[in-house]
Amino acid sequence: MTDTPHSPQTATKADGAFTRFLRATEIDPRLLGMVGALLLIWAGFHLYGELVLGDGAFLTPRNLWNLSVQTASIGIMATGMVLIIITRNIDLSVGSIVGVVGMYAGLLQVEWLPPSMGIGHPAIWIIAVVFAIALGALIGMLQGAMIAYLTIPSFIVTLGGLMVWRGAAFLASSGRTISPVDTNFALLGGGPYGAIGATGSWIVCAIACAGVIWLAISGRAARKLHGFALRPMWAEYFVVGLSSGLIVIATLVVNSYGWPKGILKDYYATLNQEVPEGAFIAHGFAYPVLILAVVTLAMTILMTRTRFGRYVFAIGGNPEAAALSGINTRAMTVKIFTLMGALAGLAAVIASARLNSATNALGDLDELMVIAAAVVGGTSLAGGVGTIYGAIIGALVLVSLQTGMVLIGFGDGSYRKIVIGVALVLAVFLDIIYRKRIK
Amino acid sequence: MSNPNTGTPLVELRDISIAFGGIKAVDHVSIDLHPGEVVGLLGHNGAGKSTLIKCLSGAYRKDAGQILINGTEVDINDPRDARAHNIETIYQTLALADNLDAASNLFLGRELVNSFGFVDETRMEAETRKIMGRLNPNFKKFNVPVSALSGGQRQSVAIARAVYFNAKILIMDEPTAALGPHETQMVAELIQELKAQGLGIFLIEHDIHSVMKLCDRAVVMKNGQRVGTVNVKDVTDDDILGMIIMGKKPPQAY
Repeated sequence: MTDTPHSPQTATKADGAFTRFLRATEIDPRLLGMVGALLLIWAGFHLYGELVLGDGAFLTPRNLWNLSVQTASIGIMATGMVLIIITRNIDLSVGSIVGVVGMYAGLLQVEWLPPSMGIGHPAIWIIAVVFAIALGALIGMLQGAMIAYLTIPSFIVTLGGLMVWRGAAFLASSGRTISPVDTNFALLGGGPYGAIGATGSWIVCAIACAGVIWLAISGRAARKLHGFALRPMWAEYFVVGLSSGLIVIATLVVNSYGWPKGILKDYYATLNQEVPEGAFIAHGFAYPVLILAVVTLAMTILMTRTRFGRYVFAIGGNPEAAALSGINTRAMTVKIFTLMGALAGLAAVIASARLNSATNALGDLDELMVIAAAVVGGTSLAGGVGTIYGAIIGALVLVSLQTGMVLIGFGDGSYRKIVIGVALVLAVFLDIIYRKRIK
Repeated sequence: MSNPNTGTPLVELRDISIAFGGIKAVDHVSIDLHPGEVVGLLGHNGAGKSTLIKCLSGAYRKDAGQILINGTEVDINDPRDARAHNIETIYQTLALADNLDAASNLFLGRELVNSFGFVDETRMEAETRKIMGRLNPNFKKFNVPVSALSGGQRQSVAIARAVYFNAKILIMDEPTAALGPHETQMVAELIQELKAQGLGIFLIEHDIHSVMKLCDRAVVMKNGQRVGTVNVKDVTDDDILGMIIMGKKPPQAY
């Protein structure tokens, strides 16, 4: 850490222009590094496609839209894994929780509810979602209680969970695949109908931009109230402009990905119309991506604005000090694992909705992707350090690597595993170097 | 000689015992503390001073004995109970979360929240700046994790945490062990000031000169038991050292 006090205007002349820029805007240099790595990966795949295959398919609305949908379930779980790892624990069971929750939620909506409620009843998807989140939370709570009160290491409890829940998923349906799921439920997985369209996307975009501006104004007002140093005005404008700009670009991208011809034909057929010449209906933001955005926002608020978040960091920094400060560290552990379980339940909804089926293999090896996403995103396994946005970027990096290699036809699955494994170790190594340098 | 104080003690620990796996860390020890008084706790490492005091701060649960505050028996089962009775502790290890900044540590477990229930970071920082301005005017590092602070700066964060919440009973476990001469002097002045405000202070201390200078009474412990209590102005350094090293009770002790 540097010795600089928290007043942007007092930046010393000796600093480079870039350092002063970062200090004024208060942009985390590590965030910049992660975003840079992500853009590099995207550009790399696109250029490889462009130059070698003659068709750059990565940086297209279609691929980016798919990427956003594919990142949703891993990203949602990664936000919870950040809390787990910050408090010096680990959860190896999330992939299996996805499996068992997906399976029971599938049975519920396909085999248990329809006989009494009728197939396609509009309440079925709501019951299934609530059930999935509650079941996930319950499993998490059980594991958390064993870790906190029976003092069994989290590694062991969740390693046991990894096997137990996967086995339970198989037993639940005797290994059958439950398909298709409820039609409303399936929309939560994305797809042409599982998105909010162009108008809806612009509304979301406007709300998000308004939120960014409100945050900047209220933050400035709070600092002024207590007489703290303010960011220079240009830095405020820059941060607001950059954030809003990214939101607008994302909206433009999802709004330029139109429905495929077959879907258009189906759609106009239901209206008893011919497909008009040059018909274009945009996807817009997919539901799972909006769910991811809401989860990210909620988890960020939880971690940075609430006592709960403070206690998570405090326990990670010094568990003994946290306990001496009157924090009930055991209850906190149970709550954190319960939250992780609930998020895994939500991820199970999205994953099974996307596949339109619940299979025994749902979420297989997700735990490793989720942990890797949190760690690539700067969460320290030593505890006490981590951010929600980092985990989301980490998830994007890993999913980009995975899908990008498929897209350019790079080797088979084993190469993908090698590349992702190397990327994980490299990312942590770079983070270690960075931390040493700023000390 | 006897206890010069009259009236109800602020804190009274009666017949406290605590054992860890058959080892009696504290064996039927009674001590008391009056308002505006500094009582030193002395003894070798392992004599049981810190363990005894942790029963009062809520870090340990006593096996037997009573804790009385203003003459009323109270239950202290965890640090929250102790804080509810206005007992604040500065631990030898400081008990700071290294990854958090000064304000977060100062308010840890008692964060200020706004009307939405969200942590009010700016108000916490403003309050921290206020109290640090009083305790350690040179302190400027408000927005870095406390791991980046010097020993003295960390100490002042720990002291600020105890002082900010209007403690009536303050427990200080070797508050100057990690400090330079200037900062030690600062802590000494602070103790005098708090004492003048009517706080009762338990001071665990190895340095006999600090004890002679700061304490009104001194309790010496050895092997989990109380050797004796002396009024500091009635005894010499050597009397106290004799109690600590040999367990020899001078005639002035009670």
